[in-house]
Amino acid sequence: MINERVKKIIDDLEMFDEDIDKYEYIVDIGKNAPDLEENLKKDEFLVHGCTSKVWLIPQLIDGKLNFKADSNSVIVKGLVTILVSIFQNLYIDDILNFNNTELEKLNLTEIISPTRQNGVYHMLNKIRHYAEVYKEGV
Amino acid sequence: MIKDDFPYFSNSKITYLDNGATTQKPQRVIDSVVKYYSEYCANTHRGSYKDGNLATLNYEDTRDFVRSFINANSSREIIFTKGVTEGINMVASSFVKENFKTVIISSLEHHSNIVPWHNLGYKKGNGLEVVRFNNNLEFDLSHFEELLKKNPGAFVSVTHVSNVFGIVHPIKKITELTHKYGGKVLIDGAQSLSRINIDVKEIDADFFVFSSHKSYGPTGVGVLYIKESNIKSFKLYQTGGAVIDRVTYDDSTFLDSPLCFEAGTQNIAGVIGFKSALEYIKSISYEVIQKHEKYLLELLHKGLGEIDDVLLYTHSNLVGGNLSFNIKDITPIDLGLLLDKQGVAVRAGHHCAMPIMEELGIDGTVRVSLGIYNDKEDIENFLAKLKRAVSILKD
Repeated sequence: MINERVKKIIDDLEMFDEDIDKYEYIVDIGKNAPDLEENLKKDEFLVHGCTSKVWLIPQLIDGKLNFKADSNSVIVKGLVTILVSIFQNLYIDDILNFNNTELEKLNLTEIISPTRQNGVYHMLNKIRHYAEVYKEGV
Repeated sequence: MIKDDFPYFSNSKITYLDNGATTQKPQRVIDSVVKYYSEYCANTHRGSYKDGNLATLNYEDTRDFVRSFINANSSREIIFTKGVTEGINMVASSFVKENFKTVIISSLEHHSNIVPWHNLGYKKGNGLEVVRFNNNLEFDLSHFEELLKKNPGAFVSVTHVSNVFGIVHPIKKITELTHKYGGKVLIDGAQSLSRINIDVKEIDADFFVFSSHKSYGPTGVGVLYIKESNIKSFKLYQTGGAVIDRVTYDDSTFLDSPLCFEAGTQNIAGVIGFKSALEYIKSISYEVIQKHEKYLLELLHKGLGEIDDVLLYTHSNLVGGNLSFNIKDITPIDLGLLLDKQGVAVRAGHHCAMPIMEELGIDGTVRVSLGIYNDKEDIENFLAKLKRAVSILKD
């Protein structure tokens, strides 16, 4: 299921020839994504390693992991919203068994490079970390 | 075209405006590095054979060139380092620690002139004082004098040109006042050497530090100038090979400055390349560099002034080379990223100067940082791409 989701995003992003158009699309995703309630913007949900502030909040519903996310950067919010759409409402093992290198196919430099300030790499680690924590707890 | 001197611009279509982070290298710098590695690669100050002697000669020739370039008295005063960060750390550990109760810095310091003091236990209000800034981020000389009066014999460590805002500090006045109250001064020239003629005698600094790579030279090389009268009290920072006169199992005796402060094998190629970079600056001349930079800064200010909601933090006549701005309701990181996607390299974020960002109540800025090769087309291109980025990001 994750692969299908990734494939759909690849198809969407491949519509754009120019990088800037692709990012305009990501900005639109960020603008249209819901804002996180202020009381949920707690330090414990912050993704460390990102220059911008990114909150990623997990919730286990019927054995499946769900996420809410937000950022003070609209581009990063777009990126984290894309990531959340990939991992949303999945069983913990599906998340843990997924090979994150598959995401390189999205061809977003923010995902390929671990050093980028937007820290998608760190968001992926956080999602994985949540999955591991819940697995231990199950 | 100055860009023709820099191979980077034949190979890259990027509009490069991040010179405060590092500059591109002219062909002659690359050539001298390649020449060392390919024609006479040998260690310095050790083997007495043809290539070793030539390497030592060229390494020491750079030292003498640097001495003359910044008008120091003697080559003993010129220590090669990895860069400004190492220079400041050396001064902090080998000269300031245990000898100075108070360190005074400006509000516009890079982390490299804040964290080393924290690391030695100088914390704000407890050994570390920060000079306030006036409107337009100018250094507040009267507050500075107040601090000096309160803390006679303090160590003052300030940047010459702010890496974020380009503010040029009145370093001559700063050294005068510091000495009047019995203190010593370090000036961080990381952002100034590429655009302002440095005369350490005229400035009368006790220490002056700079990095090669921000002034068109190789990375991993810097200079720490130590005024002759301070050398005696300057403790060894690192020890090992190349710093000793004689070693027995019982004890070691050391060489004099500068070699006693350059333990281990240095970045020989980088040092030799740095001379070529300084020669290059000299061939262009500071007068030309400053005139051109002023022209570009005016274009930039004018162009930014035509964009809605631009927030500038100072006046163009106060700055040298670096200009920071924000656009209301847009995070600087988003602007930086969308500029990057359009082939424009600027720095966006806190620029390793988090305390001043906090003081101004901002997360960061977008910084345009000029180099010798930037031209009108670069500024026009930057402004056009910025407008596109803003139109995407605005609601």
